[in-house]
Amino acid sequence: MELFDQTLHLIKKEILLEWRSKYAFNGVLLYVVSTVFVCYISFSLSKGFAGSQGYPIVWNVLFWIIMLFASVNAIAKSFIQESKSRLLYYYTIASPQAIILSKTIYNILLMSLLSILALVVYMVFFTNTIGDPLFYFLSVLVGSISFSTVFTMISAIASKAGNNGTLMAILSFPVIIPVILQLIHLSKNAMYGLDRSLSYGNMGVLGAINVIVIATSLLLFPYLWRD
Amino acid sequence: MKLIYQTWWKVLAVLLIFSTLITGLLFPVPKLAILHETIRNLYFHVPMWMGMLSVFVISVFYSVKYLNTGKEEYDLASVECVNTGLLFYSLGLITGMLWAKYTWGEFWSGDPKQNSAAIAFLLYCAYLVLRNSIDEEQKRAKISAIYNIFAFPIMIVLIFVLPRMTDSLHPGSGGNPAFGKYDLDSRMKVAFYPAMLGWSLLAVWIATIRYRIRLIEYKRNSID
Repeated sequence: MELFDQTLHLIKKEILLEWRSKYAFNGVLLYVVSTVFVCYISFSLSKGFAGSQGYPIVWNVLFWIIMLFASVNAIAKSFIQESKSRLLYYYTIASPQAIILSKTIYNILLMSLLSILALVVYMVFFTNTIGDPLFYFLSVLVGSISFSTVFTMISAIASKAGNNGTLMAILSFPVIIPVILQLIHLSKNAMYGLDRSLSYGNMGVLGAINVIVIATSLLLFPYLWRD
Repeated sequence: MKLIYQTWWKVLAVLLIFSTLITGLLFPVPKLAILHETIRNLYFHVPMWMGMLSVFVISVFYSVKYLNTGKEEYDLASVECVNTGLLFYSLGLITGMLWAKYTWGEFWSGDPKQNSAAIAFLLYCAYLVLRNSIDEEQKRAKISAIYNIFAFPIMIVLIFVLPRMTDSLHPGSGGNPAFGKYDLDSRMKVAFYPAMLGWSLLAVWIATIRYRIRLIEYKRNSID
């Protein structure tokens, strides 16, 4: 229960810090909105694209690519923003598992909120009919959870190793490719309004990847933070 | 670690590989449409992956040992296993591509199995880049050990789980029967199982030689 208490306190602290500055949230929101707007402007150059046959596919893929880069930007900060002495202080008062769990859960909350807002903004600019809105919404939530779990662990590794953006991209993209393939498959099924039972396999794989990543992070983070 | 200095299993590896060269190329195989004689690639393609897998498992084992003890030798063993594993990985990809040219028509046809294998290859290349990005030796050993343990289950999911769930042409995936189901008869097993064992032992052997060279270099560079 000590772990639970510590995790809860650390999450509260993360949310409080974010609430005071609103830096990560506003920054990433602005990033998403401006990316969507740039895409909107660029696509509106070619008239008639919105009615063409490939439009729904491009719509879906573009959304996930925007979300991918937004979450890399949002989560890469999670270990960088902490100063070295503050991290040292956490390590004396909390267990390493509590630290990685709190970071992961906080990132999940942040990414869920951001991706819902991003979806709303995206749908305002790019009109598209979704066959199964509830399931699409669910796949967006699952996507933000998966991005958060993977990127939190990778950013912990990258922050120990010199902390540059290149390393973060190199380390995370091979891990995230299977996730994003499953997500695009899942959301494409939801967009066309196919029967939900067709997507259970993808859901299962995503769940399995999340379980593996969380389990390995819990096992490995205690070794990682000790300098 | 005494085993790596013994000779008997190295002799066994050589004998097994030479025996598969004869049994694999000369023994009769089932006659199947499309496959024809390319079915013999089974004796050379699958053992490469088996060899890769065995050295990667050993590498994860030594990464875990490194994290528990902090001995530099374990880190050297783990990185040399990954280096050897990548060699066998490339050989597995190349033998697969050659086979694909004669059965699927293209060296690279974007099959899910091929794509997953390419992504997992990037995963292990990232391991080497990560190692090179850190100068401090102990920190490098620790972080690369952590990444190695993290990457291994992802690699297993990518190569052995995901392609089975999609429409892959690769035998054993996407509803296609594996070779074991319908045509791996007892005659093929005579060549197949020794090949699996032989190439795995060879991979371990190469890894141990590389490890011993690294160990000598490490001892020469150390101050005492």
